[in-house]
Amino acid sequence: MSAPKQSVLFDAPGPKAKRRILLLNILGVLALLGLLAYLAIGLNSAGQLAPEKWNVFLKGGVWSNFILPGLLKTLQAAAISIVTSLLFGFIFGMGRLSHNKVIDWVSTIIVEFFRAVPVLLMMLFLWIMLARSGWVQPQDSPFYAVVIGLTLYNGSVIAELIRSGVHGLPRGQREAGIAIGLTRGQSLRLIEIPQALTAMLPALISQFIVILKDSALGYIINFNELLFNGKLVGTGNSNMFQSLVIVAAIFIILNFALSKLASVVSSRLSSRGQI
Amino acid sequence: MQGYLSLWDEYGARIMESFWTNLQLTFWAFIACAILGTILAIMRISPIPSLRAFGTAYVNIFRNTPLTIIMTFGVLVLFGVFQLQLSSDFNFNFFQIAIIGLTIYHAAFFCEAIRSGVNTVPLGQAEAARAIGLGFLPAARLVILPQAFRGAIVPMGNVLIALIKNTTVALAGSVAEISGLMKTMIEYRADLGVLIFLTVALMFVVIVVPIGMLVTWLSKKLAVAR
Repeated sequence: MSAPKQSVLFDAPGPKAKRRILLLNILGVLALLGLLAYLAIGLNSAGQLAPEKWNVFLKGGVWSNFILPGLLKTLQAAAISIVTSLLFGFIFGMGRLSHNKVIDWVSTIIVEFFRAVPVLLMMLFLWIMLARSGWVQPQDSPFYAVVIGLTLYNGSVIAELIRSGVHGLPRGQREAGIAIGLTRGQSLRLIEIPQALTAMLPALISQFIVILKDSALGYIINFNELLFNGKLVGTGNSNMFQSLVIVAAIFIILNFALSKLASVVSSRLSSRGQI
Repeated sequence: MQGYLSLWDEYGARIMESFWTNLQLTFWAFIACAILGTILAIMRISPIPSLRAFGTAYVNIFRNTPLTIIMTFGVLVLFGVFQLQLSSDFNFNFFQIAIIGLTIYHAAFFCEAIRSGVNTVPLGQAEAARAIGLGFLPAARLVILPQAFRGAIVPMGNVLIALIKNTTVALAGSVAEISGLMKTMIEYRADLGVLIFLTVALMFVVIVVPIGMLVTWLSKKLAVAR
């Protein structure tokens, strides 16, 4: 979307500029290769490129006992949090659009509070308190803490998205809804929010990336997700560097795929014409 | 209430000290990520393909890596495996490694903030800059970036707010900051758990909400009139 716009920041190069760009490009490539070589030599002399450090990941056991169960937990927590965040965002987004001053105020305070508080604080608090309260099995407390923490934060962000999405719609949408005899709430639910959600879909998918990434905070509260299990592999095989690189690579691939989806959706929507 | 006041007697100084650490992390990491992010943004809009590719790769890699992994990497790999010693002081060493981690992560977001600011600059500006004979770097420095920064106030403010909150993740980097202290306090005084959480949470609200308002105000005040 932004690429063609930016290429015009500089003119179509003439012969002299072409040579200069080529020269700088070669220098750039050399500098990057130098950086890579420097890293590779450093890693090699520290023994981090030794095959036995990486071979661990050729064994099925590491994957079936650690990486895949961890990945499953990460995806589970993220998937549940996405659903609950949408629910939370829908409810409080409606609340913020309500004409009832009390509902509007309560929703505003809740949304602003949870957007301003670090997710990790909520998770730490929920983790300890849930384990002590006896409401959940103590060993399940990290999972609930992660899901609830992610829901409160991301749900609040989604509530804001829904509110700004509805505000971005043409007034005529609501007026038409009311003209055909819908109540304010019905017009919101049936006409405005569906359109706002579609318009906000790319931002919504970006928020899912945040949820997936932040689920790794569960590592700090002993939730046995991907990073937690990756660290176990690293400790057990004394290949911490390699394990964290693999875990990071899995996260990067998943998030990159999601962000590609967001940009595809965004370009589909923008080519769909005005709503 | 009595119990809550006794908590302040016992932990008050440490609460302030820990929160001060979070603010210091924010300060240094924001300066560093602004510099690195701007350099990356210039690379990403430059005519040189290799630099563009590097900027894009950097952003895609670090924007998609959980900050928790970067922080854990700092303490378990940079320190644990490679024995990185930036300072002879044990705690200060972790503090500096945490700043590096926060910088690397947020620079990717800062770069994208600047780039979104660049997108608000009308094409005519770049064309006019070329027409008066400016090359890429002078045009970027004198014409494009000053307007881009002003158009990027809101996304840059969002990076700052995210950074303030993300300093709590330095807990995974063995830094004595507020979320670790909150954990200790709740474990020790579970009867006051809710109050302890609300206290620490409000400290963030008090910092983050005014910054959010300031950003909105600044973005309106500094908006380029077109």
